[in-house]
Amino acid sequence: MITALEALLRCLAVLVVFLTFPLVIGQTEHKVMAHMQGRLGPMYAGGFHGWAQLVADGVKFAQKEDIVPAGADRRVFQLAPAVALLPYLLVLIAIPVGPGGFVGQALDAGLFFVLAVMGVGVLGSLMAGWASANKFSLLGGIRSAAQLLAYELPMLLAAASVAMAAGSVSLTGILGAFHWWWVPWQIVGGFVFFTAGLAELQRPPFDMPVADSEIIFGAYTEYTGLRFALFLLSEYAGILVLCALTAVLFLGGWHGPLSADLGWLWTLLKTFALAFVVIWLRVTYPRLREDQLMRFAWIVLIPLALAQLALTGIVKVVIS
Amino acid sequence: MTAVLAASLSSQGHSFLTPTGVEIVFVLVGLAVLGAAVLTVTTSQLVHAALWLVVALGGLAIEYLLLTAEFIAWVQVLIYLGSVVVLVLFGLMLTKAPIGRSPDADSGNRWVALGVAVVAAATLVTLVVDAFRSTWMDLSSGGGSTGANGEVLFRYWVLPFEALSVLLLAALVGAIVLSRRHREEG
Repeated sequence: MITALEALLRCLAVLVVFLTFPLVIGQTEHKVMAHMQGRLGPMYAGGFHGWAQLVADGVKFAQKEDIVPAGADRRVFQLAPAVALLPYLLVLIAIPVGPGGFVGQALDAGLFFVLAVMGVGVLGSLMAGWASANKFSLLGGIRSAAQLLAYELPMLLAAASVAMAAGSVSLTGILGAFHWWWVPWQIVGGFVFFTAGLAELQRPPFDMPVADSEIIFGAYTEYTGLRFALFLLSEYAGILVLCALTAVLFLGGWHGPLSADLGWLWTLLKTFALAFVVIWLRVTYPRLREDQLMRFAWIVLIPLALAQLALTGIVKVVIS
Repeated sequence: MTAVLAASLSSQGHSFLTPTGVEIVFVLVGLAVLGAAVLTVTTSQLVHAALWLVVALGGLAIEYLLLTAEFIAWVQVLIYLGSVVVLVLFGLMLTKAPIGRSPDADSGNRWVALGVAVVAAATLVTLVVDAFRSTWMDLSSGGGSTGANGEVLFRYWVLPFEALSVLLLAALVGAIVLSRRHREEG
């Protein structure tokens, strides 16, 4: 009974994090982007520096009519936002926040679980792209599928390097084996993982599948109201998941001064620092073309990931 | 389907009248997988077929989980749902897969295909049932964990594992060679 109640509470906590943290990241993006571009960003909603802007946006989305185009494949069209969003909720359960079981659910093959379930999210944009019966949406869908070929392999290789270093594929196990010198040791893998993750989330500079100025938001062109909001939420939830994962795998998660008491704070700090970098990249870099991403992935990311894997192996053999 | 039959048969040997909750769920998920698989090959909407394949493969991952093979389950999701189905969908999008029915999606070979499928299923079911009979496997947790899998794979099955990796490498090199030749012609 107690364990059931505890499991329920943990799931509830994960749900609350899932519903609030992406909004915090979204609001940060509004403000950070604005200030980097010499603007102020939202200033009125909620009074203090427009803190309630995204709440207002949510209300706006909820009021809008939910339109399904006449030519669309109704059921697939309506199901797509859920398929895009739910994987990130599931992934959040497995990410350790602090020492001593401060995690939704510790999994034996946590790293595999996280990468596998995150990959399912792509199906959502593919379904949306095809079911909208819209040329631009289809182009977006094709681009997201093509993009997958570029980022999947380097991302897995970089994650495998950490698993090799720790001798474990459990996220808590990896954190348990962490030492500070892992950060310089795995830094190349971290770069590859983070970059490939950006491509998976379709964030700038890898936002070719949504590219609002070319193919009008790609797979999401036909979506309105709440379903569109769900796609947006999945993007920001994805940023949260990617940053938390990078922090856990490559930056030591809850490790830091006073980690016994303030471990969760370290995880949060690292996660949000990375989220800031994600926003920063959006403001800084122009959008790549799909073939440039392919080229970048096969000529830069995969060789780097393989080199990291070799380095990890050598160091591992030397120190053991 | 094979797995479902095997499971229900082996549970008969142990306690037929009192199946555990996990066994009931296993059979139910198995039926859902079977249904999704049948829909995959019978639906005349191409993309729906690929999406039903997602359901079938995802259901299989749940079956692995119920058998405590956690590692295999996540690999199933990673490889089949995350990559293979995405490739199938990518391929479908490059063709002119229409919304709604494709009238030419029906194959003239459907009865032959059904025959082959039934024969293959019958062979597999006979094989599995005959191999295990009423063996009762204790599904203690940790039996299918990553550690256990790794130990078995790299202690007893190293040679097949390495042979497979050479095969995959050959396929990879072959793909690169093919694509290079194609580029010179075009």
